[in-house]
Amino acid sequence: MNWVIENLGFIASLLTDHIVFSLVPVVIGLVIAVPLGWLANRAGFGRAVVVNLAGLLYTIPSLALFVFLPAILGTGILDPVNVIVALSVYTVALLVRTVADALEAVPPLVVDAATAMGFKPFRRFVAAELPISVPVILAGVRVAAVSSISLVTVGSVIGFGGLGQMFTDGFQRSITAEVVAGIVLVVVLALVVDGILLLIGRLLTPWDRAARAVAQGATA
Amino acid sequence: MIEFRGVTKRFPDGTVAVDDLDLVVESGRITVFVGPSGCGKTTSLRMINRMIEPTGGTISVEGKDIMSRDAAELRRGIGYVIQQAGLFPHRTILDNIATVPLLLGWNKKQARERAAELMDTVGLAAEMAKRYPAQLSGGQQQRVGVARALAADPPVLLMDEPFSAVDPIVRETLQDELLRLQGELGKTIVFVTHDIDEAIKLGDKVAVFRTGGKLAQYDEPGVLLSRPADDFVDSFVGRDRGYRGLGFLSSDGLPIGDLPVVAVGDRMPTDGWAVVVDGERRPLGWVARGTGTVSEDALVPGGSLYDAGAGSLRAALDAALSSPSGRGVAVDGDGRVLGSIGADDVLRGLADSREADGVPGADTVRGADVTDRVG
Ligand SMILES: Nc1ncnc2c1ncn2[C@@H]1O[C@H](COP(=O)(O)OP(=O)(O)OP(=O)(O)O)[C@@H](O)[C@H]1O
Ligand SMILES: [Mg+2]
Repeated sequence: MNWVIENLGFIASLLTDHIVFSLVPVVIGLVIAVPLGWLANRAGFGRAVVVNLAGLLYTIPSLALFVFLPAILGTGILDPVNVIVALSVYTVALLVRTVADALEAVPPLVVDAATAMGFKPFRRFVAAELPISVPVILAGVRVAAVSSISLVTVGSVIGFGGLGQMFTDGFQRSITAEVVAGIVLVVVLALVVDGILLLIGRLLTPWDRAARAVAQGATA
Repeated sequence: MIEFRGVTKRFPDGTVAVDDLDLVVESGRITVFVGPSGCGKTTSLRMINRMIEPTGGTISVEGKDIMSRDAAELRRGIGYVIQQAGLFPHRTILDNIATVPLLLGWNKKQARERAAELMDTVGLAAEMAKRYPAQLSGGQQQRVGVARALAADPPVLLMDEPFSAVDPIVRETLQDELLRLQGELGKTIVFVTHDIDEAIKLGDKVAVFRTGGKLAQYDEPGVLLSRPADDFVDSFVGRDRGYRGLGFLSSDGLPIGDLPVVAVGDRMPTDGWAVVVDGERRPLGWVARGTGTVSEDALVPGGSLYDAGAGSLRAALDAALSSPSGRGVAVDGDGRVLGSIGADDVLRGLADSREADGVPGADTVRGADVTDRVG
């Protein structure tokens, strides 16, 4: 406990790093996954290709990614960009399928009615398909965010692990308090971020809860 | 006016859904496409707003070939209502209705004001404005669908089985309200249904399609009933068409007979039946010959009433057939008793109107086998 109090500044800076390293990739990954998922959903045969390719990315061991990315990107091996890119890749891998599934689940009748009212495809996507997909996409984003928060710790092998540094450092220097504090903070961060995303989802989709309430009332 | 000229739709798999269709949909009227499942009604309808593109022939709206117009812009000028409404689940009722005005570039405030106005027009309570579609009943959602289609005041309205997913009672209300609305708005409406009764009730003109996308007959509903062009239309129009056809014949000139009228407290009639009326001469029921005075308990419920000013031969005949006395009660526009009507008067009226060829639109009947069906 003493160790924690003596190193509050150090911990705070690791926590900040951790948040940046884990959540910036989620945002980047989401921004990339939406158009890819849209493409996958549109292209009948291409869908399987895109979704499976994206899924394949996820099987690359994170350690390998951290090590090989600098060679591919031409970045220095000790560049934090490596971590950001690697985790963005994982987020894309996770979310492309989610986005494609979410878009596929939009009732065709609604899309058809929108077209018949005179929506052009892009505007229709922004006004109807995407917002209707938010509940499903958001569930995927929550998974992506939590797994990203946990994966950042692996980055500590190249010196950018955020709170993960506390595991390696504490382990090397046999400071149990540091290891334990690191684990606790990672878990708490994951829970808090997940909670915030849940809240954002609720604010974005009041209609979804209204519909659920009706559905539950009907079966009760 | 919407004009189909030699329109054919062959889907890539070879299915011919619509085959060489020639048809003119008149402006300001309700035209109904009816026919068995798979006969090409929806395909014909969706070609009007280019949701499906014809593979042959031309379609013009108000004289302009639809293919010469941008599809999205064309659609913004054509209201579209489908079964189960297809509302945006993520938008409130008000915003659903405001959709097309917003697409057309109205500002949000104007669009919402217009939407609120339409909620009233289609009979939706104002407090539903902030709800989401899932929180409405099927019938209410259908009203929202109609309001949404009307929001930008398009001259043309396409409706594909809009009322078939709601229960029969709600369906009837919605049909009645569509007729009332149409009376005010005078849109050019194309309405698809597979229900011949709905077609006959709503249509100013009815196009009967047969499987294979061929037009079997295109006529006013009265003609469809009295003079089906062939056996297919005959069987599709169904049983009782003779009786239902009476609904399209005016009862002008039917003789109104005498009718004994009593009030509660009067002496019971000494002979036959009498109608009991209230202080306004509105019928309460019947009483049969008896002794003593007329009391509420003695009332026998009457049948349907026949409005002598506006009723059809069918209404007159039904009044006679459903009355306990055998004579129907004829009333004026305010529901006051005028006299009685007998079934035999109606049949005589029918014969007269045949003689005068009073069948509406009889001159448009085509097909040589008509005479042997009507005679
Ligand atoms: N996209 C399509 N590809 C191939 N065939 C189609 C397609 N859409 C419709 N059809 C076929 O075209 C024919 C007409 O279909 P349409 O939907 O117009 O019928 P409908 O009269 O509206 O029937 P229903 O009363 O069942 O709605 C049917 O045989 C149908 O199977
Ligand atoms: Mg159909």
